[in-house]
Amino acid sequence: MDFLLQPWPWYVAGPLIGLTVPALLIMGNKSFGISSSLRHICASCMPANIPFFKYEWKKEIWNLFFVFGIFLGGVIAINLLANPNPIEVNPKLAAELATYGITNYNSLIPEDLMNWQSLFSLRGLMVMIGGGFLVGFGTRYAGGCTSGHAIMGLSNLQLPSLIATMSFMIGGFIMANLILPFILSL
Amino acid sequence: MQQNTHTDFEVRSLDAMCVNESRLQHKWYYNIKYLVLGVLFGIVFIKSEVVSWFRIQEMFRMQSFHMYGIIGSAVVVGMISVWLIKKFNIKTIHGEEIVFHPKKFNKGQIYGGLIFGLGWAITGACPGPIFAQIGTGATVIGITLLSAIAGTWVYGFLRDKLPH
Repeated sequence: MDFLLQPWPWYVAGPLIGLTVPALLIMGNKSFGISSSLRHICASCMPANIPFFKYEWKKEIWNLFFVFGIFLGGVIAINLLANPNPIEVNPKLAAELATYGITNYNSLIPEDLMNWQSLFSLRGLMVMIGGGFLVGFGTRYAGGCTSGHAIMGLSNLQLPSLIATMSFMIGGFIMANLILPFILSL
Repeated sequence: MQQNTHTDFEVRSLDAMCVNESRLQHKWYYNIKYLVLGVLFGIVFIKSEVVSWFRIQEMFRMQSFHMYGIIGSAVVVGMISVWLIKKFNIKTIHGEEIVFHPKKFNKGQIYGGLIFGLGWAITGACPGPIFAQIGTGATVIGITLLSAIAGTWVYGFLRDKLPH
């Protein structure tokens, strides 16, 4: 039980995440991919006569069950299996974040940065609304996200997925090291 | 109508993430197995701190091996699984043949990939972890999710004008 409450090491979590690939294939011929759920939500709620959202989304409804499950998994893990200690990070990161007023490590997200009050500040607006928009726009433009390209695509040895994954990482390095410090200092 | 169907096929074929090869029709409750798998997946996300904004920052600052180990070992396990499925011609639990989709390269994978990478490093979440973050009680991330849905919609709206 003690092990369950501790943060799980990468060599336990990574293989479990990798097993999602065969699990979905064997359960019903589904290719692992999560960002499609955002497209299905658009298609079901506001297709607006856009060809990209005119398809038989009901056929893909398994994907919405899957992401609702991920949400429930979050609820269960945080209530029954929560790590009692603050998140441990590299001291260099903690020192850097402290200069931006981010010192609260009680949650998996930085509560100093992401909360309902800061949503209406410039910094919060750029992080939560701007960041979310880039995630939604970028994943669909790239044809997938970390699950669809980096895990499913690479598992199936797809060159386009390798290119996409490298682009994800380059974008992330640029943002975290060059742009985010500016946004956080706002 | 014929033409509409055709357009639909073309649009979907460009987006390999959104293909469901199963031709079987099932009642809605057959989807509960995906819900259960999602729950297990969400628990792993939280317990491994993959959904932690701090962990993503560590990754992009090269300050920790954790995320690289997770993604790397997930890919290795996925590769071995796909290889085994192909090698032994493993079928689905409903007896269907498992089908893989080759992906075609288009420039969107670079442009879109870079844009997604920028967003990933700001929000500390890709589309899966966003749902798990909300589950942990971070309700404000619901706004990030709505914004991501809006981003997807705007992509669909602008699709024909963007380089691919």
